[in-house]
Amino acid sequence: MEFSELIRTRQAQAELLSGPEAPALRGTLCVTGHHLLLSPKPQATDLWLLLLRSVDSIEKRVAGDSGTITLRCKDLRVLQLRIEGVEATLDVARSIEGLRLGDAWHFHPLESYYKRVALETDAWRLSEVNEDFSLCPSYPRVVIVPRAVDDAALARSARFRQGGRFPVLSYHHARSGTALLRSSQPLIGPKKLRCAEDEELLGAVLAGARPGAQGFIVDTRSAQTAKQARMTGGGTESKAAYPGWKRLHRPLERGRHLQESFVRLVEACGDLEQSMDQWLSRLDSCRWLAHVQEALSTACLAAQGMEREGACVLVHGAEGMDSTLLVTSLAQLILDPLSRTMAGFQELVEREWIQAGHPFQLRCAHSAFSHARSKHEAPTFLLFLDCVWQLGRQFPLSLEFGEGLLLALFEHAYASPFGTFLCNSEKERCLCEVRTQTHSLWSGLNQSKEQRKLRNPLYVLNPSALWPSVEPQSLRLWQGLFLRQTRPPERSEEVWEKVWQIVTDEKTEDSRPVVSAPEPQP
Amino acid sequence: MEHIRTPKVENVRLVDRISSKKAVLGTLYLTATHVIFVENAPDTRKETWILHSQISTIEKQATTATGCHLLIRCKNFQLLQLVIPQERDCHDVYISLIRLARPVKYEELYCFSFNPKLDKEERERGWTLIDLGEEYKRMGLPNDYWQLSDVNRDYRLCDSYPTELYVPRPATAHIIVGSSKFRSRRRFPALSYYYKENHAIRKANPGSDFIYVVDTRPKLNAMANRAAGKGYENEDNYSNIKFQFIGIENIHVMRNSLQKMLEVCELKSPSMSDFLWGLENSGWLRHIKAIMDAGIFIARAVAEEGASVLVHCSDGWDRTAQVCSVASLLLDPHYRTLKGFMVLIEKDWISFGHKFNHRYGNLDGDPKEISPVIDQFIECVWQLMGQFPCAFEFNERFLIHIQHHIYSCQFGNFLCNSQKERRELKIQERTYSLWAHLWKNRADYANPLFRADHSQAQGALRLPAAPCNFTYKFWSGMYNRFEKGLQPRQSVTDYLLAVKEESQQLEEELEALEERLEKIQKVQLDHSGVRSEQREASKHPGFSTSDHSTANTPQDYSGNAKSFPSRSPSQGDEDSALILTQDNLKSSDPDLSANNSDQESGVEDLSCRSPSGGECAPSEDSGKDRDSDEAVFLTA
Repeated sequence: MEFSELIRTRQAQAELLSGPEAPALRGTLCVTGHHLLLSPKPQATDLWLLLLRSVDSIEKRVAGDSGTITLRCKDLRVLQLRIEGVEATLDVARSIEGLRLGDAWHFHPLESYYKRVALETDAWRLSEVNEDFSLCPSYPRVVIVPRAVDDAALARSARFRQGGRFPVLSYHHARSGTALLRSSQPLIGPKKLRCAEDEELLGAVLAGARPGAQGFIVDTRSAQTAKQARMTGGGTESKAAYPGWKRLHRPLERGRHLQESFVRLVEACGDLEQSMDQWLSRLDSCRWLAHVQEALSTACLAAQGMEREGACVLVHGAEGMDSTLLVTSLAQLILDPLSRTMAGFQELVEREWIQAGHPFQLRCAHSAFSHARSKHEAPTFLLFLDCVWQLGRQFPLSLEFGEGLLLALFEHAYASPFGTFLCNSEKERCLCEVRTQTHSLWSGLNQSKEQRKLRNPLYVLNPSALWPSVEPQSLRLWQGLFLRQTRPPERSEEVWEKVWQIVTDEKTEDSRPVVSAPEPQP
Repeated sequence: MEHIRTPKVENVRLVDRISSKKAVLGTLYLTATHVIFVENAPDTRKETWILHSQISTIEKQATTATGCHLLIRCKNFQLLQLVIPQERDCHDVYISLIRLARPVKYEELYCFSFNPKLDKEERERGWTLIDLGEEYKRMGLPNDYWQLSDVNRDYRLCDSYPTELYVPRPATAHIIVGSSKFRSRRRFPALSYYYKENHAIRKANPGSDFIYVVDTRPKLNAMANRAAGKGYENEDNYSNIKFQFIGIENIHVMRNSLQKMLEVCELKSPSMSDFLWGLENSGWLRHIKAIMDAGIFIARAVAEEGASVLVHCSDGWDRTAQVCSVASLLLDPHYRTLKGFMVLIEKDWISFGHKFNHRYGNLDGDPKEISPVIDQFIECVWQLMGQFPCAFEFNERFLIHIQHHIYSCQFGNFLCNSQKERRELKIQERTYSLWAHLWKNRADYANPLFRADHSQAQGALRLPAAPCNFTYKFWSGMYNRFEKGLQPRQSVTDYLLAVKEESQQLEEELEALEERLEKIQKVQLDHSGVRSEQREASKHPGFSTSDHSTANTPQDYSGNAKSFPSRSPSQGDEDSALILTQDNLKSSDPDLSANNSDQESGVEDLSCRSPSGGECAPSEDSGKDRDSDEAVFLTA
């Protein structure tokens, strides 16, 4: 995530003492997101490097116009840094202190996203109405809502929405002055109930957008299903109650059916005996690629509504925790160049999936091989990753991350030594003290040794929207994932390596600049 | 020229295949060699050029209020839909094209008038670029077992074979003549490829224990052939042969299969299921796999079992050529280079009498003779490139351009049905060679990922005996190649080629500067300071990659029901900039590049994507729900 905020100073002149016997190393000290570097000469290739995560404790002392920082490392080494300047010493120490924890847990995607929105428009505010998770157990503590709506109205709107998921801002598209929102279904029920505050909220959204903007409600269920939901207390917005909003139905597969599709696809991919025709018909009958097509085109529709029609878009299905998030997160990827960067994509996943309350624990309890099927599993997040992969295939230069990151996210969502995908909501994560008990996946992924696998060497910032083709000819089976069992990964790794070599213009492996990390002494 | 009834028709509309409402107005010209459509839009005046020889079918469709519809399907999978205001003009164009697209004699073909402004010497040099004599030498021939035979001098023995053939040393002219009488079309066993260790395809090596005889037909077809006085070898009559049938279907099945697949490609917004079902139903990928399997079988027999292989089918000029060239490609890294691939086509296809004229319909002939035989081989190469991305020196564009020129008749290489006919027509004196043209532009055809040093490129490509089906993919880059919207919008190959070129330039510059610095240092030895004037990094304009990405507009995401009432047809056109750099086909060929320049332009008009406009049937769901706004849109 963004570590730059934690770095008080980037450079200082310093002297390093790694032990009573060792000679002192003098040079320029640099603080980066993950490392402390000391370079003796301006153009030296021989660097001293320390991973900040290996710092166990830090102690600073100032005397005169210089200071000393003592770093006690987890590998039991003790290092002393003598730094010129009192201010510099304190800044370096504070930077190390902030960074060495190395965890991204202090990172607050919603607050930082709100900062961005606030620069674009003042129509939105950060609300802490859900501070104690009482209003909506699956929402995070803070949400972004229209400035014109007060917390009391939010509370009443929450009571009118399933699971309390009232409409909140998902993405603000600055260029068109429109907003993407998400929520759960309104609790209209058989009696056709209405909620003035909910209507007021959506009205305020239009009022805060570009003048004359209309709204589209993208319901991820069929009109039939949405209507039937009234029998069980749900339903969908009636046109009369929400002036300016029009409703569109784009049924997306969810739940058990999506899981079955996934299971059948994996089965088909594991069968080496079948004939060509059998393979194609199984690929067809498992319908996975059709789900990819539907998800992508619905997201494109939402994005198109904002970018081309200048309309605000609200997305919801029933609970608003699955296909809703699929649509809103993909629409952002299509529209927002920042979300296509390494850091931006991680922030998107954190904000639109993890914080937004996608129940990872329930959805990803089992993968495709398990026979113990509970009804809660669904590979919605995997479908999202597949759609992102398709986007990357059609725009190979426009995503800063590569297939490696998508595969890593898939793996960690289903089983992970990190805490990021644990639990079903922010509330549960707080109760389980995930932040203090575990490490964050993001800091794990951002280790520099992983970068070559995760980053796309071809990336060039692309400021425009990415409109993918959703024709069947353009969508492919994600071989790197679904055929990982049958296809040797070496070849694609080899290609990846070759691309890196071309882009970074490496002649051979050994001509890379030498970075000598301090080896533990025997 | 006498066949052109009307050279120019104005106010013709070129209809976009995907959105029928979107069309551009322009003028249609008929020339002796091309159909040209020039758009009226004054700023672009975009031109679409179609060679007559590329035209596969012309269909005159029902006249509507807007005019008369003409559908032109091309052999390079381009599809042109024109609306001509006057029925009479349409008829004239139709009649003219029918004749122009079916020349009756070779002299009418484009290659006899095509003049790339090269002098005589250059043209002759072009024809010597690919030398099969050299190629046999490279294989290590002649040697103790194989010798060059002059038995087919002046095409006395077999008129579809070349004059220079390698046969086993012990085989006397008498034996060969005898054998040729026993073989269909007198195509006796001759050497196709000699694997340096001790093996060969197409004909046995006397040194090995046994030889495989591979009949590439389905067994049933081979047996049926027996009734017609042909058939397959009786194992009792040959010593030490192992017989193997490999079921590759005949040219008629293949032609129909391609036809079915192209119908799938032409579907307007098919569902995933329509597409996959149609693809399966066409059987195309199954046929591709059958050819690959045969090639893999032979390559393994040669490389791993050390056996020689005799390959034949009925006449030995279609399936045999496919299978032998796939096997050679797997066995020999040389054929995976740019030049080697040209050699391979020259050897297995052109010299061994693949009937280009009949198969690709260059001259008006029997439509039942037409079949995408070499197209299938080219696709096999593409499928292999997908599995071994670092093993080929050339890229996809190279394959696409070769396919294009097999049909274009712009160069003389693929004319006629045999070497004999080509010699008689004096092709080399009257036309240009495609190979020289491709070689000149080889920078465009390079695969930046190619690793000459690598094991993949060094030896035989190892594939499992039964490769999985999932490795075979639909080649949208070929069959939908004129629909740019369906292709990846940015090209990794072009990007990497540009990076490579730039870093090479920088390196050369660096070298030059270093040399200069050295000189300066020598000169200024007694001066204390060396000026560092040359040290500043040269700023290159660089390759703009953002260009690639902007050629991108939203497509039809709304399915049948229209979603947004469009406020004005031309909003948000900042993304619509026409970008040529991402074109799959670079500007080296006027015919290739002119055609695709207009694929990307214009912003999609959101509301007019659905084919039938306002009367579009509401979807099931929205029809029932009065409250839903979709119903409102539909009637609006």
